[in-house]
Amino acid sequence: MELTGAEITIRCLQEEGVEYVFGYPGGAVLFIYDELFKQEQVKHVLVRHEQAAVHAADGYARSTDKVGVALVTSGPGVTNAVTGIATAYMDSIPLVVISGQVPTSYIGEDAFQEVDTVGITRPCVKHNFLVKDVRDIASTLKKAFYLAKSGRPGPVLVDIPKDVSQQKTEFSYPATVSIRSYTPQAHGDIGQIKRAAQLLLEAKRPMVYAGGGVILSDAARQLTDLVRLLGAPCTNTLMGLGGYPASDRQSLGMLGMHGTYEANLGMQNCDVLLAVGARFDDRVIGNVSHFNSVPRKIIHIDIDPASISKRVKVDVPIVGDVAHVLADLLSVLNSSKQKPDAAALKEWWKQIDEWRGANSLAYKNSNEIIKPQFVIETLHRITHGDAFVTSDVGQHQMWAAQYYKFDQPRRWVNSGGLGTMGFGLPAAMGVQLAHPGAAVACVTGEGSIQMNIQELSTCKQYKLPIKIVALNNRYLGMVRQWQEFFHGNRYSHSYMDALPDFVKLAEAYGHVGILVEKPSDVEGALKEAFARKDDLVFLDFRTDPTENVYPMVPGGKGLSEVILAEDL
Amino acid sequence: MRHIISLLMENEAGALSRVAGLFSARGYNIESLTVAPTEDPTMSRMTIVTSGSDEVIEQINKQLNKLVDVVTVMDLTDGDHIERELMLVKVRAVGDDREELKRMTDIFRGRVIDVSDKTYTIELTGTGHKLDRFLQAIDHDLILETVRTGASGIGRGERILKL
Repeated sequence: MELTGAEITIRCLQEEGVEYVFGYPGGAVLFIYDELFKQEQVKHVLVRHEQAAVHAADGYARSTDKVGVALVTSGPGVTNAVTGIATAYMDSIPLVVISGQVPTSYIGEDAFQEVDTVGITRPCVKHNFLVKDVRDIASTLKKAFYLAKSGRPGPVLVDIPKDVSQQKTEFSYPATVSIRSYTPQAHGDIGQIKRAAQLLLEAKRPMVYAGGGVILSDAARQLTDLVRLLGAPCTNTLMGLGGYPASDRQSLGMLGMHGTYEANLGMQNCDVLLAVGARFDDRVIGNVSHFNSVPRKIIHIDIDPASISKRVKVDVPIVGDVAHVLADLLSVLNSSKQKPDAAALKEWWKQIDEWRGANSLAYKNSNEIIKPQFVIETLHRITHGDAFVTSDVGQHQMWAAQYYKFDQPRRWVNSGGLGTMGFGLPAAMGVQLAHPGAAVACVTGEGSIQMNIQELSTCKQYKLPIKIVALNNRYLGMVRQWQEFFHGNRYSHSYMDALPDFVKLAEAYGHVGILVEKPSDVEGALKEAFARKDDLVFLDFRTDPTENVYPMVPGGKGLSEVILAEDL
Repeated sequence: MRHIISLLMENEAGALSRVAGLFSARGYNIESLTVAPTEDPTMSRMTIVTSGSDEVIEQINKQLNKLVDVVTVMDLTDGDHIERELMLVKVRAVGDDREELKRMTDIFRGRVIDVSDKTYTIELTGTGHKLDRFLQAIDHDLILETVRTGASGIGRGERILKL
């Protein structure tokens, strides 16, 4: 039987086991929406802005191991989605974004709601397709899901012109897919893995530096086993939080610009560094030449060869899927007669504990004014460290990363690479839909939340009981902090004037709002919010406007050139 | 250092823009880029002449390999190879210059492929360096138009780039 392109599109999503599509209808996708209407297997979530559709699909993907799916119309539908796509691309999140396009005969005529979607999205997708023939829809979508999920994951866009979605052809969903030009390598070279094992066994000051690749590869268990076997300290990047349990003694917490003192000094002073699914980016190692000024051997495991020796020269590169490579490395180490150098490790830990003694995350709590760190610590305590936490971008993001000690992977959902304000709330929608009944907190600021505030309406429609933890300091805090440190206290346009009454705003959308102004009310408010299992609660915490994020390695500086809270 | 990178890619709409976009997005140099389908109509062969430090060239190779449409990549300058470029030059050819230009074309083993009362069009093939030398060898004021294809390259002997 012949099916239309639109029917085929939906059948493909069904075949892929897609649970949710996040989207917004429009002219070019009307046939696809018509087919969505006629079935129940694939559920559609109507967002209020296409950027949110992609972030929601992204949050869904990050908190599960599945591909997120978004559906948008041509023209402005696509351009609104671009920020979401770029966010997912920077953090290697598997998404399939389906976009409508004007009919093929109109393409290139500056038709109504026409943009060059493939051209606009090309630099921020893993791959994209324009489907010009209805007979290609099924094979293209098959490829799209395969590309999104395999190798280094990423967003894949499929642009379908309106007439193609209307034309008919026979449908059969391909059982397998093979792309001759695309052959990701799952297993690492065993010779290199043995070299890595030898280096790690001989190390006097080993250090494990684990990134988002551990989360994406579902390799937290293998990483934890390896770190314990080596007896080495482990630090996680912003993207890798939860890849190794933060409450464990061997965890040094997050590293980088706002990383702990012990993590950054450990990175700088180790003699063998094992980098796992991380990419030595500027926010992580700071100044490259400062980092390179100390000799150390580097082992780098990554699925993407282009991530290896990009910013930092590597001694033992291992290209492969993190979970596979770590499993192989573990079996090589387990079968070796040699054991890690216990005496050297003891010395190393003595040094690390000394750095730890600096207590770089300490802050001065107050009875008068709410400290943002205190809110996050309380959030951690009352959710037993078990909530899914999404965040926006800025100071609140760093405090959430520093003070919510993630012990499990896929619990921490944030825009690391692109740093997209407005990510937190829509991402939380995707997380909550993927985990109904779970505690989901969106840690945000009064600046970020306003970038996708309209999604409160979506949350109402789909009854998503997200807890919005807004650290409202009336400043674009991270901008303000940089202006204080580096721009002579000239707070150029970082003050949030004319803020809405967030409690009333939440109520206007049909939710619950709570204003919290006193430190003594923080715990009670959070408890009340999480006790309201069926309600979205907007917690407006009025926090200290002068609080800064410490420690801080200023941009362009080296990891040991850190500013601690006590320095000021 | 100058490198000649040769690659095979899917002969699909937009494949060229992915390569060109990669170079501009990451700030890599392109001296020249040529592309045309191969004997297998599903595949195109591209030659890119670029320059950069060893680290940059390594990244270029890796980033090209990462493009889904790119089937295989070879840095021709890593081994023995042949490089050729085609140039068409239209020159003003009147009076004594007519003889001189013909003579110079012969010395460079070029051919005059179009003639009018006042012009010659000269075809010349060789390395980019040879073509540069030809342009230097003739009177600059006589050059009306220059069209160059950019280098195409191929490995010597058994050095073969294929699927």
